[in-house]
Amino acid sequence: MSLVTATVGYAESWWIQILKSLIIFIVGFSMVPLALMMDRKLMGRFQNRFGPNRVGPFGALQPMADIFKLLVKEEFRPRTATGFLFALAPAISILTACVAFAIVPFGNTVDIFGTQVGLYGIDPSIGVLFAFAFSAIAVYGLMLGGWASGSKYSFLGAMRSAAQLISYEVSMGLSLVGVIITCGTLSLTEIVGHQESAGMWLFIPQFVGFVVFMVAAFAETSRPPFDLPEADAELVAGYNTEYGGGRFALYYAAEYFHMVIASGIAVTMFFGGWLLPFGIDPPTWVDPIVVLVKITLVIAIFVWVRATLPRLRYDQLMSLGWKVLLPLATANALVTAILVTVLD
Amino acid sequence: MSTLEIRRWAPTGDTVIAVQRGPEPGGAGGLYRAFGETLRGLKTTFGRLVEGTYVYQYPEEKIPVYPRFRGRHKLHRFEDTGLEKCVGCSLCAAACPADCIRVVAAENTPEQRVSAGERYAAVYEINLSRCIFCGYCEVACPFDAITMGHDFELSDYNRDDLIFTKEMLLAEPLERTPLRTEDE
Repeated sequence: MSLVTATVGYAESWWIQILKSLIIFIVGFSMVPLALMMDRKLMGRFQNRFGPNRVGPFGALQPMADIFKLLVKEEFRPRTATGFLFALAPAISILTACVAFAIVPFGNTVDIFGTQVGLYGIDPSIGVLFAFAFSAIAVYGLMLGGWASGSKYSFLGAMRSAAQLISYEVSMGLSLVGVIITCGTLSLTEIVGHQESAGMWLFIPQFVGFVVFMVAAFAETSRPPFDLPEADAELVAGYNTEYGGGRFALYYAAEYFHMVIASGIAVTMFFGGWLLPFGIDPPTWVDPIVVLVKITLVIAIFVWVRATLPRLRYDQLMSLGWKVLLPLATANALVTAILVTVLD
Repeated sequence: MSTLEIRRWAPTGDTVIAVQRGPEPGGAGGLYRAFGETLRGLKTTFGRLVEGTYVYQYPEEKIPVYPRFRGRHKLHRFEDTGLEKCVGCSLCAAACPADCIRVVAAENTPEQRVSAGERYAAVYEINLSRCIFCGYCEVACPFDAITMGHDFELSDYNRDDLIFTKEMLLAEPLERTPLRTEDE
């Protein structure tokens, strides 16, 4: 009898784990308004205007105002909605996002007052597969939400979302295979460790993989130019058409959370996690800050691309995913595998 | 039918201009070009980021209006006598396509002279929630009694408050709108 299990890299005592998860939860949820604000402010700058600048200094309190507005609004529910699932779906969305954020490492194991603590939520041996597993479950959030709303627009949006997310999941997974082959491990901390010992961040040798990953990440987080799930001009708002108030806020937060997670994984896999370039070796307490800054920069790339590219047609989206990204990712994985075998 | 001569248009020499076609999309070359074009697009948008903003912060900064800007109406008096210019002829009301002007005329008497003519407007109301600011009333007026002002900030909480009476239209308006200078 064999049981498929994953080992956890380093397990602390239970109270450290609870503390850690709380801190990571808080950090993650602080990144969401930050991402939201960056999205709006940078988007404005890219269009020669200021973004929101009325609420608070430089409009910094705008996300709070938005969230407050959403929370005090009526929780509308259509008569055709399937009650239980309608309420559950946004929760699934945000929960999976929170869980997936746990694997983004903010630093290696450090010594805090004589206790060994890993600066990450969890470091399972399956590493990045953990994130993929949860982003696959996140599709249920969208699909159930769209279906349980009992509305045509929601349903169409949900169908689109599901098709898009599942299609791009494949290329996203394959694009990281190159990295995994190069490092010989799935664990995210060990991947960063490999980049440290190799002295080179992986986006240079794995450039194709990086590009494919980024494109797939845009699609996975349904950011423009792949925002077909909520293509405002075609569908009313996609799967969350019938949602309002707090549940909509959950969906909205989950979307930005996914962006933060995708950035976190990109930073870890391709941009050396907590490492600084040119062999600068800062004290350990700088590591999380480095990761956060890098995540912010990758989010800026997300916004930049949003400001640049128009939305794809649905068939273009599908053909890009299956005919371009998937072969590219496969070729990248193959070439990497061959090179790694030959050079060894 | 034999008179109908079918002539083929067959240009030759200098009249033919070859259209420059881009390379066919698709394939590895197309992918490479698409990547390059995406980078070019990113460069363009980044240029906008560097450029700065071109925005008026509206309630604080107002765009000055042109002298002929058609804003809220004004009624006028003669400067020397102080009599109203409006004689209650209702031509403005007749010209109004939105039917938003209501004029009720009354006779001037020697004891109570309101306007320079025989009659005056006892009631003069403009429903600004209906007005389309076309300026036909201004054109129709034989005495230049009504003109379009520069005020455009007319929002209100109550529809009834948007019916402007004669007194409101005659009153010197609060100039809330900056006027463009000659060289602006």
